[in-house]
Amino acid sequence: MYVIIAGGGKVGYYLGRELLSGDHEMLVIERSASRAAEINDLLEGTVQQGDACEASVLDGAGIARADLVAAVTGDDEDNLVVCEIARYRGVPRVLARVNNPTNAVLFQKRGIETTVSATEAILSQIEQELPVTSMVPVMQLHQGLELVEVRLSETSPVVGRTPREVLLPPESLIALIVDSGGVPRVPGADTTLTVGDALVVVTRAESKGMLQEALIGGAHGFDT
Amino acid sequence: MGCGRTGAAIAASLDRDGHQVTVLDLDSGQFRRLPDGFGGRMAVGNGMDAEVLERAGARDADAFVAVTQGDNRNYFASQLARELLGVKNVVCRTKDPERGEIFGHLGLQTYSPTSAGAEAILAMLPDSGPA
Repeated sequence: MYVIIAGGGKVGYYLGRELLSGDHEMLVIERSASRAAEINDLLEGTVQQGDACEASVLDGAGIARADLVAAVTGDDEDNLVVCEIARYRGVPRVLARVNNPTNAVLFQKRGIETTVSATEAILSQIEQELPVTSMVPVMQLHQGLELVEVRLSETSPVVGRTPREVLLPPESLIALIVDSGGVPRVPGADTTLTVGDALVVVTRAESKGMLQEALIGGAHGFDT
Repeated sequence: MGCGRTGAAIAASLDRDGHQVTVLDLDSGQFRRLPDGFGGRMAVGNGMDAEVLERAGARDADAFVAVTQGDNRNYFASQLARELLGVKNVVCRTKDPERGEIFGHLGLQTYSPTSAGAEAILAMLPDSGPA
């Protein structure tokens, strides 16, 4: 398999090293001359200096016979353009690194299916590490009512109970429960509150302290 | 998007002709290029963000023109406007003629000042045809 990697930063370098050890034919295209020279030695002379956003550079790199082009620079606009040119030249598989997760939707719209976001991957790691015990304001409703989201952690006093058993402040109501798999449910008599559930709760602004105590416990931060 | 010399000139002309125009640029200092009495909207922001484009009113726009200094930025923003915000008429300035030709096959109208400039200059040379 012949793989062209656009961008010789950390991602491009490690990707290249992996591919070399897997006996693939591989070429890294890196714009910066000094960076290209630096990694060329480490990657057994498989680095070409140039701008992979230029069709002539890709042509010179033999894009016509490439099986895969991976655009992994730090700039999403450059990655999009490399993938578009590669696909226009008939490369069967193109892959883009998406640095800003909100950009992923444009890559999908353009039919560039495989997007890998370092930011997203790191964020999901961080989210798993953090204790998720804050109350997040979602929306201001009419007449002093507010919508807040509370995620249940192991230390929450309501875990294992049904919504009816939870003593809430006046005029407060658990409107919706989204479980850790992302499935929304309307709370019912047979619903058991579980660690990882996100509760969407209607409450009064002045009752948020009490609500926090009821759902999270007293000793946690109050994120408003 | 992009209030350089070209962007400012396009915006000024459309405004003069009675169209509703919003000029978007990262740097509010660039709006100095717009003429006195410019009646359009000036928005500060990065057009490579669908939310910024939407706030600038792209969803209701009849046309979107990307004329920043970067070909790839212009392409990215143009596709956001076309694919996500439904703008029908999108013009993407592309200095690199090769890239511009490909973008032209991907749903955008492109304009290359490089090719146009070269042709214009050649036309000024009396004997520039076949020798």
